[in-house]
Amino acid sequence: MLGRLLPVSAFVLLIAALGFGLFLENKELPSVLVGKRVPSFSLRTIDGSLVTDKDLPSEVFLLNVWGSYCLPCLIEHPTFMSLTERSEIPVIGINYRDELSLAAGWLEENGNPFQFSVVDRDGRFGIDLGVYGAPETYLVDAEGIIRYRHVSVLDDSVWREVFVPLINNLRSPRIGLMEL
Amino acid sequence: MILSEMWSRERSGCYLIVILFFGLPISAQVDTFEFDKAENQERFRNLSNELRCPMCQNTSLSGSSGGVAEDLRREIFFMIKDGQSDREIKDFMFERYGDFIFYKPRLTAGTIFLWAGPAFFLLIGGIVGLSIFRGAQSEALKNKTLTGSDQNKIESLLARERRNLKARDKAG
Repeated sequence: MLGRLLPVSAFVLLIAALGFGLFLENKELPSVLVGKRVPSFSLRTIDGSLVTDKDLPSEVFLLNVWGSYCLPCLIEHPTFMSLTERSEIPVIGINYRDELSLAAGWLEENGNPFQFSVVDRDGRFGIDLGVYGAPETYLVDAEGIIRYRHVSVLDDSVWREVFVPLINNLRSPRIGLMEL
Repeated sequence: MILSEMWSRERSGCYLIVILFFGLPISAQVDTFEFDKAENQERFRNLSNELRCPMCQNTSLSGSSGGVAEDLRREIFFMIKDGQSDREIKDFMFERYGDFIFYKPRLTAGTIFLWAGPAFFLLIGGIVGLSIFRGAQSEALKNKTLTGSDQNKIESLLARERRNLKARDKAG
């Protein structure tokens, strides 16, 4: 009896494993850069001033990859607006493969939630970050280490369910010491 | 009217068949990169075929029109021009995009199952197959019976042998 059952159950297990793999949301690939420092850069902002990685906030912040051509960016835009209005967390923008005038127009029209947006016209900084395409959002800790990468729209529920717990962890000094 | 409609429907069916079965895959982006050496052109082609577009997951860099693929092709071009080796270019991609960028992922703890999986399943299949084969063989041996007349023949042969032995014992 067992001899009969064993291959059948092995087969069922295999199918279950393959089925699970088939329906995995494989867009949510973990970034290779999680645990690493934000790559160094020296880029112009949309306003035209020159910034480097030294100008990034020295607290936990978000790095949002966006473009005026990107519809999902417009969908997640209100989330970032309200984060900035509530001074919840600093948000830095990466204007990815965009036309400068269109990007500036987009911010003017929809509002600007970013402390500043660096202009990555040719996507070169995006490559260093391992960006696939806009929108993407990176959670960076106070030491400038990337802690999490979210691909696609970051709406209020993603914010609440994914980002808030992570950020609370990063901000809690006890946990920070434990990790050290 | 109806006839012409049928004709056009038929014709669109034909087009569909032609498209489905004889369409050539549009798989190469026009690359405007000029190399001074044909060998480098070849390297560029190989690399952009071997590396996968991160955005559109089932296309190579060469086959993708996605923005990031375009950028990565340009990156490969400049790295080759810069005299970097294939290994260095692949390392560069790996550091940024991980195993995902390779159609042939590197052998690491995370990808070991991909590489060893087929051999593992072949081994399991072999063991199962062998045990089924063995089982069937021993079953066949167990079930082997002789026909009535063969059995009689054997028994009479054995009886004769026993008689012979007895006779020899007596004589001895």
